[in-house]
Amino acid sequence: MRDQLLPVSKETAVTVTNIATGVLSPLKGFMNRADYQSVLDDMRLADDTPWTIPILLHVPSDFVAGVGDEITLVDESGAPLALLAFEECYRISRKEYAEKVFGTSERSHPGVAKLYEAPDTVIAGDLKATFEPRLPFEGITLTPAETRVLFREKRWREVVAFQTRNAPHIGHEYLQKTALSFADGIFLNPVIGKKKPGDFTDEVIVDAYRSLVSNYYPANSVVLSVLHYEMRYAGPREAVLHAIMRKNFGCTHMAIGRDHAGVGNFYKPYAAQEIFTEFPDLGITPLFFREFFYCKKCLGIANEKICPHPADERLNFSGTKLREIFSSGQRPPNEFMRPEVVDVIRSHHPAFVE
Amino acid sequence: MPKYTTVSIPTTLHRRIMKMIERKEGFKSASDYVTYVLREIVAMHETEKVPDPFTSEDVEKIKVRLRALGYL
Repeated sequence: MRDQLLPVSKETAVTVTNIATGVLSPLKGFMNRADYQSVLDDMRLADDTPWTIPILLHVPSDFVAGVGDEITLVDESGAPLALLAFEECYRISRKEYAEKVFGTSERSHPGVAKLYEAPDTVIAGDLKATFEPRLPFEGITLTPAETRVLFREKRWREVVAFQTRNAPHIGHEYLQKTALSFADGIFLNPVIGKKKPGDFTDEVIVDAYRSLVSNYYPANSVVLSVLHYEMRYAGPREAVLHAIMRKNFGCTHMAIGRDHAGVGNFYKPYAAQEIFTEFPDLGITPLFFREFFYCKKCLGIANEKICPHPADERLNFSGTKLREIFSSGQRPPNEFMRPEVVDVIRSHHPAFVE
Repeated sequence: MPKYTTVSIPTTLHRRIMKMIERKEGFKSASDYVTYVLREIVAMHETEKVPDPFTSEDVEKIKVRLRALGYL
């Protein structure tokens, strides 16, 4: 039996924390071969529990360990994160992973590119002990145990989760409030972590949501807490993982909009909604929303289910358009974004990941 | 371990299922249908049996942090 140190990336350190705090429950560690293959083939763990994205610990190909070894995972500064009880070492086919999880092996997909940067050797094992993580935004980072107690204290029985990686525009707000109108509370859970160039920075997202909630939501209707997590951009499969994580936080419902967790044109606009028909046993109910827009004829926010007017009467909430407006030093119109949120975004330099 | 096993159901029920899935989109076979329905029911029963994971001490400790952060 040997003890050894294994330095891990910032993103893996976050995964370790998510396993330890129950965000990724029922996982207790990094996936073994049986779970991995089952997730690829059937979108379920080997015990039939729904699970759609492999959670792997990549190691250099010359890494050697034996069953019973205890491996200390350390962060980039050398601080210990967790003890892993080594179970097995195996190699994966990155092509198979990419095709089954992302639906493509094109390197222009950011999730595929990231996968090919990692070694194809992985190790599996449960975490035996974890140490206190040092995460940014500590004051608005809650664990699943904490949110479950919080929802209970607030007497919320129906809680809708809203996942985001953007500063909120009016379309987001309308979706959240539509969901809130038939639930006790909404759990706003922006993703904090590595993003792609052009995305809003984490600071902007958090400050923008704080401003929106304090100015436009009734008291005791919202819990805002960040999720430390690296987006995979795996579209439908990732939408299911997002729902599983929010179930672990104690939510009963999860809002799924257009192209949830998608990137570019890799997924059909509503593929991330269709996939949920495969999971009657998820334990959280997805709420599906069509895309919202501002309709000049309706004089308000609508979507294609409730608005009969043609496309030229509609103002779409395009992220690309918003970036262009901010980058040129202009303010988006009030139909697009709340003025308080605009002020927050304009106060940040840079507002976007470069 | 094989991925599938056989479970017996009455032939009359099998006929009803086949008739139904012929009319409805979404299920390719009676096996698909039975798997779907059983997963739904099993998950419901599993959820009923989950005990409260928190002791009163855990809850108090969590409430202290939630108050300190302004959530309560």
